[in-house]
Amino acid sequence: MFEPVIGIEVHAQLKTESKMFCSCSTNFDASPNSNTCPICLGFPGALPVLNKKALEYGIKTALAFNCDITECSRFDRKNYFYPDIPKNYQITQDAFPVGLNGYVDIPLDNDVRRIRIKRVHLEEDAGKSIHEGGTITDAAFSLEDYNRAGVPLLEIVSEPDIRSPREAYEYLCMLRRTLLYLGVSDCKMEEGSLRCDVNISIRPKGADKFWTQVELKNLNSFRAVERSLDYEVRRQSQVVAAGEEVIRETRHWDEAGQATVSMRRKETAEDYRYFPEPDLPPLNITGSRVEEIKATLPELPGARRERFMRDYELPEYDASLLTDTQELADYFEEAVREYGQAKTVSNWVMGEFSRLMNATGIGIESVKVAPSDLAAMLKMIDKGTISGKIAKTVFEEMFTEGKSPEVIVKEKGLVQIADEEELIRIVDRVIEENGEVADQVRAGKDKAIGFLVGQVMKMTKGRANPQMVNELLRGRLIN
Amino acid sequence: MRLNELKAHELLPMISRQEVTVEEAVTCVLDRISAIDGTIQAYITVTCEHALRKAREADARLAKGEPARPLEGLSVAVKDNISTKGIRTTAASKYLEDFIPPYDATVIQHLEDAGAIIIGKTNMDEFAMGSSTENSAMFPTRNPWNPKRVPGGSSGGSAAAVISDEAVIALGSDTGGSIRQPASFCGIVGLKPSYGLVSRHGLIGYASSMDQIGPMTKDVRDCALVLSAIAGHDPKDSQSYPGELPDYTEYLIPDITGITVGVPKEFLDEGLSQAVRDAFTEALEKLEALGVTIKDVSLPHARHALAAYYVISSAEAGSNLARLDGVRYGVRTCASEDFASMMAKSRGEGFGPEVKRRIVLGTYVLSAENHDKYFNEALRVRSLIARDFQEVFETCDCLVGPTSPTVAFEAGEKTRDPLAMYLSDVYTVPPNLAGIPGMSVPCGFDKEGMPVGLQIMGRQYDEATLLQVAYAFEQATDFHVRRPEAEPNAYELAGGERSV
Repeated sequence: MFEPVIGIEVHAQLKTESKMFCSCSTNFDASPNSNTCPICLGFPGALPVLNKKALEYGIKTALAFNCDITECSRFDRKNYFYPDIPKNYQITQDAFPVGLNGYVDIPLDNDVRRIRIKRVHLEEDAGKSIHEGGTITDAAFSLEDYNRAGVPLLEIVSEPDIRSPREAYEYLCMLRRTLLYLGVSDCKMEEGSLRCDVNISIRPKGADKFWTQVELKNLNSFRAVERSLDYEVRRQSQVVAAGEEVIRETRHWDEAGQATVSMRRKETAEDYRYFPEPDLPPLNITGSRVEEIKATLPELPGARRERFMRDYELPEYDASLLTDTQELADYFEEAVREYGQAKTVSNWVMGEFSRLMNATGIGIESVKVAPSDLAAMLKMIDKGTISGKIAKTVFEEMFTEGKSPEVIVKEKGLVQIADEEELIRIVDRVIEENGEVADQVRAGKDKAIGFLVGQVMKMTKGRANPQMVNELLRGRLIN
Repeated sequence: MRLNELKAHELLPMISRQEVTVEEAVTCVLDRISAIDGTIQAYITVTCEHALRKAREADARLAKGEPARPLEGLSVAVKDNISTKGIRTTAASKYLEDFIPPYDATVIQHLEDAGAIIIGKTNMDEFAMGSSTENSAMFPTRNPWNPKRVPGGSSGGSAAAVISDEAVIALGSDTGGSIRQPASFCGIVGLKPSYGLVSRHGLIGYASSMDQIGPMTKDVRDCALVLSAIAGHDPKDSQSYPGELPDYTEYLIPDITGITVGVPKEFLDEGLSQAVRDAFTEALEKLEALGVTIKDVSLPHARHALAAYYVISSAEAGSNLARLDGVRYGVRTCASEDFASMMAKSRGEGFGPEVKRRIVLGTYVLSAENHDKYFNEALRVRSLIARDFQEVFETCDCLVGPTSPTVAFEAGEKTRDPLAMYLSDVYTVPPNLAGIPGMSVPCGFDKEGMPVGLQIMGRQYDEATLLQVAYAFEQATDFHVRRPEAEPNAYELAGGERSV
């Protein structure tokens, strides 16, 4: 039996206003080369000046992943020629990254898997090349847009601790969730603000040595990561089973074909001739600075999930879903503060609320229902003002119109009918109109009573208090 | 005496009292350039119209009664690796032959704010790599004392312009001696400030961890004036010194009694020519007579400085010059099949042989198999050299030695032997590695009338002591007053003709 050994490198664009080493805007959707200056275009004599916010975000993220912060952290130059790198070197961190030796805990199948984080470091993004009619080697011409050149990136490198494609998926989700909680990145894979490269090898289960690893590229979603790894585990297992050797190479994920395709062999490691960036002094991140930043860390997803389970006595499933995003968790907590019963709020948030969000595509950040309105509606159910069934209608109205539940109930006349005299009138009418069924109930067929309850609800458009209807029917037909 | 022959501190009061107009002063310099630069070839670009326009603006301001600024009306020659907005900046390279920077270097802003007027951009070794200005892709510059000899380098154009009165003041840049060695060869004052004292923003990078811009002037007082104008923290240069700086002109006092001056024995080794040794010995006696305590000291690791310097500077240079790839500016070879060949051909055509040599060397010393053996070893040597300096500065206020082992050599003498050329910087390189300031002041002439320079080195950011010692020495001597006697036109000249 083989087990996969997987390591993941994630590049996340940092959500700063300006670029890593100059004051140009990070908005790279602007018209080509409009957000550029001598520094990010690599003009002669232009010098980099570090964006303090980017460094802060780097330290913050490293802390969130339990890394040791490198006091003498510094930048290095990674030298290679490519037209979208204006200086033909990338300012990155090689020997002394901001963060080292961290970890992140992933809840998986009622267990927790600890994935070690090797390093967290800062670097600058490249521009974008358009090779007209081909690749860089055969295009008729190439166009360069340097708007993205110099946008701050954070690279998070895991140790090869991941042991299954699903674990890889969960690891990435936790990474993204954490970065979003920290507010340091948008993490939009489709827009390229989050990118990942995956290394995978297989080995006999439990062995401690590594076999030849393959790098996977063109992974445009976390699902693509999972599926490409599934494919690769199968492929490598078959190669080994056939008595052949896995080749060290880079493979491209073909989404349409759902397969990995060989791109290029890696015969020699590239030599990037790293050396300390002489234009930037060492960072000297003091202990007190680290403490300052630590104090700004929000409650992280793992901790919040555990608190939800402990303090609100929620099942793990609820806690995980509710803490998936900070906004949803905040929403939940505010509603609970107003209403009190956590599980009821959780059921509503995970049920109707999520259903409507999914159906409409409206995100939690633009939802019209205030947490206090949800709480008010739940209180109306408890008081018997509306039935649980009507509540769903009310809530849908709240969701689409943004009105308070009181207003909706009043406008639409949705107040529950709990007036006994009125209900007796309706119940008697239903018995009269459905004599045959009434007789069956009288004859002891208890189940048939449900039909009569249904008829009453239909006649009152769901407004009748179901409990009272039930009691009234029984009083008249059974006793 | 003509206005262009005056020192800055002599010309300034005449301008501020409106005894002469800025236009007259600038015109004198421009006239001198037209008369003599065909022979000296100090300038790559002369900014005639720009200078005259600025001069008239300055005169108009002064006429309105506005006070004169610290460098009002001074014609400044700027080394052509310092970016000047709208003015061609070539670094004496074919690659940047038509390059016009979109921004000013910080030093240019400082100079212009102080009232100085850019008169032109001076010749240099291509990308500041060289010690004779013969590596210029444009033409060689001649030493005004003897046009058959080199002016030194890489700031040879600035040095020649100052001594031949084609400028009142000049800026050079110094990575391993490129201000001090040509200052020594041309008999002027040149100061390489402490690393970080003057902003590098806008200086076309050669070896970023050592590059510094500094003044090249006719005497020490002018040097202090220019330094005061260009030094200071610049947020655009992350390696810039954030501390407070003194007014350097306050240290121009002729009294240096009680100062301890160290003489590193490594600077008096067998490579030193007799003429320079004699001039240096006399200079030491002069200093002693002025009341300083002379102390023999040792910088045991200095003998490794040149090797460490060429490893580190070439590594950084190779990386710094990688941006010149034909994509965004400069030379582009159009007839090429793909990006790689376009870039390779553009670089092949744009760079001269010395630049290529350093790029290859830099790439070699950073490659995986050599990184530790060469680059990391050089870094270790560098920190040992810095420690050597620190130790001697515990007992000495400054150090002195010869600036260069020889006086200016003949043009063509060393162009075929790069190692011999590199040795010309053997005494100037250690301060760059350690980040400390170094200064060259005239201290004599050899039998053939070629100037000799005295190098003064000090603690990091202690330019004040350097200036004080240099000033006292200068006041007690007259080497700085001499000018090349014969008009260079009288010489029969060899070497490349001006082509730009």
